[in-house]
Amino acid sequence: MTPNSFRTLPDERGHFGQFGGRYVAETLMPLILDLEAEYRKAKADPAFQAEFDDLLEHYVGRPSPLYFAPRLTAELGGAQIWFKRDELNHTGAHKINNCVGQILLAMRMGKTRIIAETGAGQHGVATATVCARFGLPCTIFMGATDVARQQPNVFRMKLLGAEVVPVTAGAGTLKDAMNEALRDWVANVHNTFYIIGTAAGPHPYPELVRDFQSVIGREAREQLLSRTGRLPDLLVAAIGGGSNAIGLFHPFLDDSSVKMLGVEAAGHGLDKEHAASLAGGRPGILHGNKTYLLQDADGQITEGHSISAGLDYPGIGPEHAWLKEIGRVDYTSVTDKEALDAFQLLCRTEGIIPALEPSHAIAAVAKVAPTLPKDTIILANLCGRGDKDIFSVAEHLGVKI
Amino acid sequence: MTRLASAFAKGHPALVCFVTAGDPTPDATPAILDALVEGGADVIELGMPFTDPMADGPAIQLANLRSLGAGTTTADILRIATDFRTRHPDVPLVLMGYANPMTIRGPEWFADACAKAGVDGVICVDIPPEEDPELGPALRAKGISPIRLATPTTDDARLPAVLEGSSGFLYYVSVAGITGKQSAALDSIEQAMQRLKAHAEIPVAVGFGVRTPEQAGPIARVADGVVVGSALVDLIAEHGANAAEPVRKLVSALAQAVHSARKELA
Repeated sequence: MTPNSFRTLPDERGHFGQFGGRYVAETLMPLILDLEAEYRKAKADPAFQAEFDDLLEHYVGRPSPLYFAPRLTAELGGAQIWFKRDELNHTGAHKINNCVGQILLAMRMGKTRIIAETGAGQHGVATATVCARFGLPCTIFMGATDVARQQPNVFRMKLLGAEVVPVTAGAGTLKDAMNEALRDWVANVHNTFYIIGTAAGPHPYPELVRDFQSVIGREAREQLLSRTGRLPDLLVAAIGGGSNAIGLFHPFLDDSSVKMLGVEAAGHGLDKEHAASLAGGRPGILHGNKTYLLQDADGQITEGHSISAGLDYPGIGPEHAWLKEIGRVDYTSVTDKEALDAFQLLCRTEGIIPALEPSHAIAAVAKVAPTLPKDTIILANLCGRGDKDIFSVAEHLGVKI
Repeated sequence: MTRLASAFAKGHPALVCFVTAGDPTPDATPAILDALVEGGADVIELGMPFTDPMADGPAIQLANLRSLGAGTTTADILRIATDFRTRHPDVPLVLMGYANPMTIRGPEWFADACAKAGVDGVICVDIPPEEDPELGPALRAKGISPIRLATPTTDDARLPAVLEGSSGFLYYVSVAGITGKQSAALDSIEQAMQRLKAHAEIPVAVGFGVRTPEQAGPIARVADGVVVGSALVDLIAEHGANAAEPVRKLVSALAQAVHSARKELA
């Protein structure tokens, strides 16, 4: 059965079909209920929306451009390729959109301290940035492995005044950072707001992160309509937790002619180590929500792997799990190697150095574009820039800097 | 009367002891559980290890890692429970852990397996009352007590929802935080107990941060039970496969303090 709209969820209990929900310790439950109530009020408050819009325009630099990529289109020889340029945002990725929204909520709730988890460091940098902007102390939890491979972002966070706590538990990556952030939050609920970086976690986070990121899709929809008079045929975005993808997809979900493709990280390959929760996982409960997870038969969570620290998470936002299950969005995956090739392809053809996360989306575009007629339009989200990744890319290419 | 109800009806406060199943190995757990019983524990909480124990402090996180590192599976835990029930027909056994390992094969499967293993109650840290349908109905259908947590942030308006559908006892987490870290001031526990007892018809046990007989005794004067976990888990970390004897000694001292608490008061 097809619903009348794909844009009405979550329900009042925070569920997207069987996914989502509020699977948290009792200590956090009252706070999560408060957050939901406050978010409902903020959403209905024109002053909140006006302040959010003003910051996005004058601080973040929105609207981000919509760019037609002529040489990449010619090289691939099929569909027209357009990019939503969210890598041109202040701090270099889409993450800042959500951080602006959440810190305004935190201040409405009277919270005086901010915590966040980060993988690639982009969300950590964006959180540290808004904390500096509003003068709130900020602690960022980051897996020790990620600290080592994302040094430039660690330094940025420190410059911005954040305390960066390396997490050595587990594999020292994003999920371990999220565990540690939750532990801190449980112990400091009275004054602390947790700015979650992706459209996952307990309700209402998947909803509010999606809403704050939907500025990407709303702008792109208007921009493409005004430039070409039509809607895209295919949207493409990379998925770790899935915030840039849901931000692009959501405003188009009820445009039935628009197909959508989410791209997970296949790491070394789906039969080896990877971070593709939809392709290689099954539904389970972690970090406050029910969603697709990489796990063993006993429900123990397995480590994700991706060349991209931002995609290296064994779960995915619950709305994506639902969109996959009902078939509205297609999901695929690309390997580390394919992402590296796409990274270089975009550098070479368009003079744009993408982050490794959207390089996964570009790799999927490179596969599908040649199979489509020249009058079709692919719109991909360029959700982050690659400055932070040049050292790890050099290492993978065997180049010493 | 259920085993859990009997444990809280002995005429003295109950000592509830937590250890992680399979820590340091599945083979070592039965002797440690026997030591808890011999030492005088009235209720046993057996932790189900999980890769991502978000509500636990360093001591129990490490216990989870040791157990999983030793290859502990859900089947091992159920076998440990089944064997415990054979050796100790009257001592209540509660499984405590996280939602994913409990629900991954379906709530009915888990409830059925618990019933067959002689498990009396289940504490699931990350299933609040709002998500009760995930596990609660299946447990209740098999006569297993869903045991809920109340915390300093659980206000009077929320308490009835926390108690609804729960049984066995109410676990009061005395500090807003993770296991094993700081401990709550006695007067704050006393105030909380008055508030909780006004709503709860079931016994209330107090835990988080209780490590010594000196701490446990005063809490037992105001609560129906006292939960000790991290201090026992620390002994297992220190003594490994030889932990049973030091565990028995600590439990014995704790049991004396808890069981005699109200006599001292009188």
